[in-house]
Amino acid sequence: MTIVYPYESLKAHPRYDFEDYRSTEKRSPRKPLVLLPHTASELTGPVYGHNDVRPEDADLTRQHAGAPLGERIIVHGHVLDEDARPVANTLVEIWQANAAGRYMHVVDQHPAPLDPNFTGGGRTVTDDKGYYRFVTVKPGAYPWRNHHNAWRPAHIHFSLLGHSFLQRLVTQMYFPGDPLFPYDPIFNAVEDAAARQRTISTFDLENTVPEWALCYRFDIVLRGRQQTPMEA
Amino acid sequence: MSGITPSATVGPFFLFGLVPSSAGGVDLITNRLATPDVEGERIRIEGRVLDGDGVPLPDALIEIWQADAAGSYAHANAQEQRANTAFKGFGRAPTDNDGFYWFETIRPGAVPGPDGRAQAPHILVNVFARGMTRHATTRIYFADENANADDPILALVPPDRRDTLIARRADSNGEPVYRFDIHLQGEHETVFFEA
Repeated sequence: MTIVYPYESLKAHPRYDFEDYRSTEKRSPRKPLVLLPHTASELTGPVYGHNDVRPEDADLTRQHAGAPLGERIIVHGHVLDEDARPVANTLVEIWQANAAGRYMHVVDQHPAPLDPNFTGGGRTVTDDKGYYRFVTVKPGAYPWRNHHNAWRPAHIHFSLLGHSFLQRLVTQMYFPGDPLFPYDPIFNAVEDAAARQRTISTFDLENTVPEWALCYRFDIVLRGRQQTPMEA
Repeated sequence: MSGITPSATVGPFFLFGLVPSSAGGVDLITNRLATPDVEGERIRIEGRVLDGDGVPLPDALIEIWQADAAGSYAHANAQEQRANTAFKGFGRAPTDNDGFYWFETIRPGAVPGPDGRAQAPHILVNVFARGMTRHATTRIYFADENANADDPILALVPPDRRDTLIARRADSNGEPVYRFDIHLQGEHETVFFEA
């Protein structure tokens, strides 16, 4: 089975120079991109396995002596390719603000409290069905200085290695119904409405654990589909 | 469901997530790729990441992917056939306050290219940063490599921009060092690929 990576799929991504997101102004490439044939270099990728992560890496509420403040949630889903086949055994890394909307980072100046029981970083490896699961707390919205009264909708950053260099993805997961969506230039940098929708998790009542935690589902689709005989 | 999940910027606060040692955790992916058992010439790659005004980025993240000295990638399907099993060929380095990054690795071998032609030794690079809606992909080639002249990918790059993909030898303390600055924008903008 040969996996191919159509260039057309890249149209789902935001363009580099999305001016509403002001920091793109000096950091976006402006010269024409050179179309890169997919060689052995691009079609391969690094391998990390279940031995590289610990169970507590995927439970952000158990990384310190006590439990973090905030609303405990489960975030889970499948990592799939464009044919909806599982991307198994791939590293998923996440990071997020705490429930108050504050990041564990020296340059975050938002006057909201840090939580000594919450760092906000996690990682896991998908199983053979491409499934992953994190336990964390729901991140708060936080202000930034992109424009007057700018607030980021609550989100969790996701990083995926995939099975090849071409599947590498860094994205952000949002929560359904956030009133900040219309005002957020990072969310709206994805100009295709259907593609934008794919960055919003869905509330998952079936996997919500009674008396314990709400659950959100976030399926992630990486590039790659099976080569059809026509293309062979 | 159809269509891929779109990219979003890595933002300014990725360190504790992608480089956990910055917050007391353990890194899985580091900027020291060279393992004790790996064969090949040990080299250091270093440089700065600069914006369109030439201002260094203190908050960029560089990832690299490369073959071993024999030209093999530590890919899932290739694990059994490789001599250097501990060498993963994948590295990650955040820039410091001066926009500076570095990797300790080995010089990669030539790898197969399109139409059976060999590619000159090279390293794939992804650049992530606040203000970048998606990562940018480029390649590092080595200035002292004769095979560059016949490389099928370099041949696709406008001749007057090929220099931006060539790391210069800049040895320090007798150690082999290659210098590779990345210009996101401007007159010296690095060649980035649509991959």
